[in-house]
Amino acid sequence: MYDERHVLVIFPHPDDEAYGVSGTIAGQIAKGTPVTYACLTLGEMGRNVGNPPIATRESLREIRKRELFEAAESMGLEDLRMLGYRDKTLEFLDDGVLKQLVLNLIDELNPSVVISFYPEHGVHPDHDATSAAVRDALAKIDSDKRPRFWGIAITKDNPEIEYSVKPFINQKISTIKAHDSQFGTMFREYEKRYLDGEQEVSERLENERFHVYSFDDE
Amino acid sequence: MKEIDKQDVQTIIDRYAVKNVYLHLETTNGAYASHFDQSFFSASAYIRNASVSYKQGKIQGQGPYRVGLELEIGWIYAEGLTHYVINENDEFILMGLNYEGKIAVTLQLSEQPFQHN
Repeated sequence: MYDERHVLVIFPHPDDEAYGVSGTIAGQIAKGTPVTYACLTLGEMGRNVGNPPIATRESLREIRKRELFEAAESMGLEDLRMLGYRDKTLEFLDDGVLKQLVLNLIDELNPSVVISFYPEHGVHPDHDATSAAVRDALAKIDSDKRPRFWGIAITKDNPEIEYSVKPFINQKISTIKAHDSQFGTMFREYEKRYLDGEQEVSERLENERFHVYSFDDE
Repeated sequence: MKEIDKQDVQTIIDRYAVKNVYLHLETTNGAYASHFDQSFFSASAYIRNASVSYKQGKIQGQGPYRVGLELEIGWIYAEGLTHYVINENDEFILMGLNYEGKIAVTLQLSEQPFQHN
């Protein structure tokens, strides 16, 4: 894990952090690095409501908010920001709204690295709207002052950065489990495979990987 | 929330008729449908807090159920409904959960606007 001044994590949905970044968040916090997680929506339009169902379309918002608090607690995260946008609407917001939000966060926090999805490789329109805002915000900053941009890519192979988060695997598993309405059914099976020592699952969970975004002027 | 009791849902539909109510109507197959299966054509829609008033309405089918609400100049329709509840905010929520338990359709009515942001 790298030495950082401040880590700024920006995702659109509670749970976007769980599989790919929660080990990094827990690890950086353990090192004493300040970490801020800005979550743009509460995932209130999600399709997963537990099976058997524990939520309705209307109660999902509060349930996922509670799950996000629990996830933050699992990671030891103190600076959690819920920005209050509506799930599935980010790409339709007025031009520049999200970019300005990212610029304001960077201005306030002075992070050395910003972690989000990797632009155009997030599949979900909210993922791509978020990463585009991060990219556009960072592009406005002079290259000598610009934080690094690490992205999670769903449709891109060969990440430049990969490291072990195994010392923080218990916190990572707790974080995933905190999002019970979203991962409950699926993760119970996955955790069993992990505890059984399945190679592929250990490799997946115990390492985190990032694509480094390069700007034209770098 | 419980599985639909057709008679009970019909009674509730009758109760909301002729009033000014707010509508949330939604179908969804999820943002990843085409990612997981490229032959799948992804299509979803929702409308939240449309202000409507219907003359009369019915629930039909043997489950999953269909609901049709007749407006002065049109219709509201949903199929695939499986579960319902009137929650603590007095919102009438009909949902259709697919075979994996995921939301596929919702039709909701309330005399107060639904939470919005």
